[in-house]
Amino acid sequence: MIISSNLSKKYGGKQVLNIESLEIPKGQSFGLVGNNGAGKTTFFSLLLDLIQPTTGFIKSNDIQVNESENWKPFTSSFIDESFLIGYLTPEEYFFFIGELRGQNKADVNTLVFKFKDFFHGEILGQKKYLRDLSKGNQKKVGIVAALIGNPEVVILDEPFANLDPTTQIRLKGIIKDLAENQNVTVLISSHDLLHVTDVCERIVVLEKGEIIKDLVTSEATLKELEAHFSENEVY
Amino acid sequence: MTSFLPKLEWKSFFRSASFGKSLGLKILMGFFAFYFIAMFFGAGLTLFPFLKDKFPAQDPLFVVNGYLFYWFLVDLVLRFFFQKLPVLAVKPLLILPVKRRDIVNYVLGKSVLSFFNFLPLFAIIPFSITLIYKGYPAGLVLTWMLAFFLVTLIINFLNFIIESFSSEKDLSVLPIIILAGGLYALNDFQIISFSTLIGNGFNAIYNSPVFIIIPVFILVGLYLINFKLLKQKLFLDSGLKTKIKAVQTSNMEWTKNFGDTAPFLQLDLKLIWRNKRSKSSVYGLIIGLLYGLFFYTNPTYQNSPSFFVFIGVFSTGIFLINFGQFIPAWDSAYYKLLMSQNIKYEHYLKSKFTLMAISVILLFILGIPYVYFGWKILVVHFAAAIYNIGVNSHIMLYGGSFNRKKIELDQKAAFNFQGTGAVQWIIGIPLLLIPMLIFGLFNFLVSFEVACLSLITLGVLGIVFHQKIMKKITAKYLQSKYIMINAFEQDN
Repeated sequence: MIISSNLSKKYGGKQVLNIESLEIPKGQSFGLVGNNGAGKTTFFSLLLDLIQPTTGFIKSNDIQVNESENWKPFTSSFIDESFLIGYLTPEEYFFFIGELRGQNKADVNTLVFKFKDFFHGEILGQKKYLRDLSKGNQKKVGIVAALIGNPEVVILDEPFANLDPTTQIRLKGIIKDLAENQNVTVLISSHDLLHVTDVCERIVVLEKGEIIKDLVTSEATLKELEAHFSENEVY
Repeated sequence: MTSFLPKLEWKSFFRSASFGKSLGLKILMGFFAFYFIAMFFGAGLTLFPFLKDKFPAQDPLFVVNGYLFYWFLVDLVLRFFFQKLPVLAVKPLLILPVKRRDIVNYVLGKSVLSFFNFLPLFAIIPFSITLIYKGYPAGLVLTWMLAFFLVTLIINFLNFIIESFSSEKDLSVLPIIILAGGLYALNDFQIISFSTLIGNGFNAIYNSPVFIIIPVFILVGLYLINFKLLKQKLFLDSGLKTKIKAVQTSNMEWTKNFGDTAPFLQLDLKLIWRNKRSKSSVYGLIIGLLYGLFFYTNPTYQNSPSFFVFIGVFSTGIFLINFGQFIPAWDSAYYKLLMSQNIKYEHYLKSKFTLMAISVILLFILGIPYVYFGWKILVVHFAAAIYNIGVNSHIMLYGGSFNRKKIELDQKAAFNFQGTGAVQWIIGIPLLLIPMLIFGLFNFLVSFEVACLSLITLGVLGIVFHQKIMKKITAKYLQSKYIMINAFEQDN
């Protein structure tokens, strides 16, 4: 589904990402782990064609993302709050995204209704603008909006951060369901090793822009990751 | 103990986003400040001879005293709209070991240093010097000056009290308008003559300086009230809380007529209505519409049709200029979202174009009463409106692709230059000057009718080739996509 080849990104001579090759098959739940500055968000931004690669390319479903825009209909994402439109209410935001993705109001309502539990009664019908919601609630809106319109690729940057425990557990259920039952390729990044091993079939560790581990999740993965990151702590 | 507060203030001033602005902008701001200072200074210098000339029978100082009421009233109203107590900035101090009393005193003390308090001095000091020079007793004049400064400070603190009461209401401007209007009316209809009251007060202070104790008392009283009000507010859940209003939503079904553009049109309308900065472009409509009255009522301009073009382009295009100059920076906060969504740039831009075109048509219709000043004006306005739709709107959109400055939507609008760069200044040239030149040229060489026709032709050409032009503009936007995404992430 997603193939990146010889991909690198430099800022003023400083290498922030350098991935020789990475292939993510359709329907995989893929986790990206690494310390701050490891290149996780850079990779996602390249995948969404928000920045240009210095070398190489990413192909999504055989479409090179920086040459054609045809990947947009089947790709959705939530990277940070700048993906929200602060002066809309959550409902308006969902409908707006829905319209961009060819969904009518009824479709959007049906989908959003499924996440009633997830919202915990704090999102819908509140008569508040998104800018006035708490960080956690903003995140919930962004994540659910990324699921509108049956995307085939969903990209979530740090989806667990700022969420309350109940919501974290519900979100894990949602992500698992997407990959297992709906054949959606889910890419997430996280600082929470426990969550990411819970949710992702495959985990890639980035360090200073390079892939240093590529693991198929198993019982031992969490231990391995914890060992890896506590080593790093030393220096 | 609190000596670090001024240091913090110093840093916040020199490191603020607005201070790092481009040189051109600094010069412009400096120019404005200098302009006001020069105006006041000039007024202060010429006031004495002017009054002597106009009212030879009266003492100029007493004449000034008689009019002080109006000055204070205007001062109060202006302050209400432009001066705010910077309370939010103290949030980080709350958890530090600083006494609340010190914080409050500091915030209030800082407000004394406002430009508003010093500006009148530029007029009052030269006026007082003239008085002393003309043989008025220096001690008394200085007392009078002090009294004036005290009243300025009284207004300073009175304004904060009014603000703190009115900010909790929905119609926050109502109290000040009622207060100022009420005072003015009472005075004007001679029910209570405040201007004589204040005039007599100042005369009394001048004649027997002991009375200066009265403004001192009032000032201290107001300061204490402010102190009490502010101290209660220094909690996260009261004064420091940002206000949240319940939202009114409407689904704007009528926009559906615009097909693919509809979602963006809805978004733009919400953008304009729900954000402080953009809302001001709506208020600008009124100013633009009435702009012609400044000039058309003046017979000097009656015979220069090129000037009608300027007014025509401006008054039918005020929204186009106000709104258009910040395309696409209005959407800078969520530009990444738009760029990763399944949208066509064309529809996005088309929505902006539609809004601008509609605004031009509306403004032209609302401006039809200008026909009262002559049919030529209406014809020129019509030509200008067509030119606005066909040419200027495209220029605005094209210029937008060079936009590299983001806008924070919830900032206030007046004197806010955020998002302003060289583009906004340069673009004004083709927008206003070129139609004037074209018109002026044909009007001079051929005739008034041909001149109008030339503008209309250009406008119609623009409308006919709209699709083609939009394709070119869209390509330009696509080309600068990454630069814009990057630029909108930066704080300028």
